[in-house]
Amino acid sequence: MPGLIGKKLGMTSVFSAEGKNIPCTIIEAGPCVVTQVKKVDTDGYEAVQIAFGEKKEKHTPKAMQGHFKKAGVEPKRKLVEFDGFEGKNLGDTIGADIFEEGEWVDVVGTSKGKGFQGVVRRHGFGGVGESTHGQHNRLRAPGSIGACSTPARVFKGMRMAGRMGGDRVKVQNLEVIKVYSDKNLLVIKGSIPGAKGSYVLIEK
Amino acid sequence: MDAIKFVENDLSPVNKFPSFKSGDTVVVHYKIKEGSKERIQQFQGTVLQRKNSGANETFTVRKMSGNIGVERIFPIASPFIDKIDVVKHGRVKRARIYYLRDLTGKSARIKERRRTTEE
Repeated sequence: MPGLIGKKLGMTSVFSAEGKNIPCTIIEAGPCVVTQVKKVDTDGYEAVQIAFGEKKEKHTPKAMQGHFKKAGVEPKRKLVEFDGFEGKNLGDTIGADIFEEGEWVDVVGTSKGKGFQGVVRRHGFGGVGESTHGQHNRLRAPGSIGACSTPARVFKGMRMAGRMGGDRVKVQNLEVIKVYSDKNLLVIKGSIPGAKGSYVLIEK
Repeated sequence: MDAIKFVENDLSPVNKFPSFKSGDTVVVHYKIKEGSKERIQQFQGTVLQRKNSGANETFTVRKMSGNIGVERIFPIASPFIDKIDVVKHGRVKRARIYYLRDLTGKSARIKERRRTTEE
């Protein structure tokens, strides 16, 4: 499916025609440039590699500099492959106008890092016991993590405390409220993963 | 940030209202839909605060209904607000006059601002 790379700018709310207050996210979507066109003959599959985001040349490895030079563009920060684009050539720019108002899109982002979190926050456990009746220091504990000599081990995938957030998260079926093709801005209903200024993928 | 302001101005332009701040007495003319009919309700009271900015700005109006205090929060960009009339400019020393909630009767009066500041 075709898509774009974008940057989350922030959230606001707008009033709809019926007078409802709609929370919405503003994304700077594009302009993305085509840096590689993959074909069945050469690569075994059809895809278009697009790039977005400013990057200084001195921070770009020589091999990547050559890759961008081939497309005739400045070095970019993010490179992503999409299929479903047709008739795109090397160096073409793709803007936010590939989306229409009222369309449903999926947005992929990296969620905000929460650091090392316990099981109550990370997995929604209820904790153990009560805060009164003589109990102490068990309120947010995970409880038992398994039986004793059978199986004599902790099962793989047991939910425990640890690093939370910073994951790739996809939010599906978000409505496009408005497209500003001249400014490459997308206004999308609802929230999307990630902090302000983080890169997101918008898929049709 | 500019992009957000641009979208706010484009999608929910803030109506032109006379300038008012906390301590002022205002009448908010609010459109109410009843089925297919639309009528305008008036809510008169003292402005307790103005909060947030741009399209997300809201203001709180407090009035005494009998001896029960009623507060209502209006988004300033709401399409349901027909107009706002400023009845009286009050002289208060705070941007958020929550202390008014604890006062009743004579002590809840607010002195009138004689020289109204810029519109």
